[in-house]
Amino acid sequence: MPNLTDLLILLPELYLTAAACLLLLLDAFIRPEQRNVLHWLSLAVVLVAIYLVVANQPPFPVTAYGGMFVRDGVAEILKVFALLCTALVFVYARPYLADRKLYVGEFYTLAIFATLGVMLLVSAGNLVMVYLGLELLTLSSYALVALNRDSAQSSEAAIKYFVLGALASGMLLYGMSMVYGATGTLALAQLHGAAAHTAMPNLLVFGLIFVIVGIGFKLGAAPFHMWIPDVYQGSPTAVTVFIGSAPKLAAFGMAYRLLETGLGDLAPHWQQMLAALAVLSLAIGNLVAIVQSNLKRLLAYSTISHMGYLLLGLVNAGPEGYAAAMFYAISYALMSTAAFGVILALARAGFECEEIDDFKGLNQRSPWLAFLMMLAMFSLAGVPPLFGFFAKLLVLQAAIHAGMLWLAIVGAVFAIVGLYYYLRVVKVMYFDKPVEGSEVRVQPDAGLRVLLSVNALVLLALGLYWGPLLGWCRAAFPG
Amino acid sequence: MITLSHYIVFGAVLFCIAVAGLFINRKNVIVLLMAIELMLLAVNTNFVAFSRFLGDVSGQVFVFFILTVAAAESAIGLAILVLLFRNRDTINIAEIDDLKG
Repeated sequence: MPNLTDLLILLPELYLTAAACLLLLLDAFIRPEQRNVLHWLSLAVVLVAIYLVVANQPPFPVTAYGGMFVRDGVAEILKVFALLCTALVFVYARPYLADRKLYVGEFYTLAIFATLGVMLLVSAGNLVMVYLGLELLTLSSYALVALNRDSAQSSEAAIKYFVLGALASGMLLYGMSMVYGATGTLALAQLHGAAAHTAMPNLLVFGLIFVIVGIGFKLGAAPFHMWIPDVYQGSPTAVTVFIGSAPKLAAFGMAYRLLETGLGDLAPHWQQMLAALAVLSLAIGNLVAIVQSNLKRLLAYSTISHMGYLLLGLVNAGPEGYAAAMFYAISYALMSTAAFGVILALARAGFECEEIDDFKGLNQRSPWLAFLMMLAMFSLAGVPPLFGFFAKLLVLQAAIHAGMLWLAIVGAVFAIVGLYYYLRVVKVMYFDKPVEGSEVRVQPDAGLRVLLSVNALVLLALGLYWGPLLGWCRAAFPG
Repeated sequence: MITLSHYIVFGAVLFCIAVAGLFINRKNVIVLLMAIELMLLAVNTNFVAFSRFLGDVSGQVFVFFILTVAAAESAIGLAILVLLFRNRDTINIAEIDDLKG
């Protein structure tokens, strides 16, 4: 029977569920010109959720509902940053949505439900919870991608996302059924013990392969990356910025729960598979990004390469590697919100500002935004002293300590390849002449301007002063 | 006598038909939705068979969750399909190729 303790452990999620339902109801009653009320309320809801996550955090891991739900340090950090990203997305998205008649209540409710999915997924203690959290996240994301109902591109992106996402869920479930058959339990904590002495080790490894395929799809690691470029390019930029941030944290959380908590005993098997995925992602992501002319598509391929780096951390299969991978996921989420935030700040009604050529001579028109974009690009490329550099350094270190020096060398080589296309964006902004007749109008929204500046400057600040965040990540994995 | 391996093979065959349907089919998006459903049914067969032979009921409970989520999933899939048809007047997969590069 659920008791009060269980409910208190689940408080942030329960609160967010109730709040999202109330926002949905409220949206039905307000007039379109009062939509700002909904915007600010949604923002407040997310900020209160961050408070609830941090304030009631127990000093040691606790579980609710007989191990279904786990609340530990990993879950806390991932939830805080996922909620933070959602709050950033709300602020960045508002002017863009308002310009395109997409400023609707569904955006806020769906984004909050997707974030709820992230929170349940990273706290999952059972295969059923992993599946339900994941589906809540992805089903909300499908609807978000199709938010612009009159755009042929949006609906094409949505159907591609849907079909490939459903395929990934199917693969993951098929793997889960094999794992269940081999061990006889769905609880991740019991799986860990049962995996060592199963009567059917082949069935277990067979299941593991499908689970890895599912995780690869959700992370967007090559060769399961086909959906990423189309979805990034096809969805409204306000949705792309969401899909590029919080779900990446969730994908790390899912990989950690399934592979370490559940199948940690099979680490020698999955380390090899993840290493192969990492090399492919690094190669395909970085090489294909070079030929892109659309900035959203370029950032999509850059995501694929970044997921390769995240996998370098997971390959370590120890506390050091998990901390590095989580640090990387956080840094990637913050870098991608900053980069897409600049696109959102420059886009206006009838102008998407998503081609790299649209950024020509940005420095002469708006030096501050060009500077913020440069910070985001340098951080994504991993130029010291920015945030992205230390994140890369840590995952490379983790790979070396796992005895995979060759993998770290591959990672370092492709970091240099990646530098080329990030620098191309910087070059276009600073050294090219603006296109004749084009104009740059930065969104006048004060919240967007201030938070975007803070977001990009944080990349610099965390690059110089990364100790506390890393300490927090490391404390979550006591070894 | 039907043993566990019969059910696993049956599930695997269903799963393979579904995956083949997803990759070989070049005509119609609705067939993709059918293939997805078939894939989930293959998983359900597996879960029920394992649950029965292990004498553990949790696998059957999982099946209920999968069935429920599959219903929500097809609802969203069909909604997206309607959007797609309204915007492009086609659901032929070969013609849905605006996004590439």
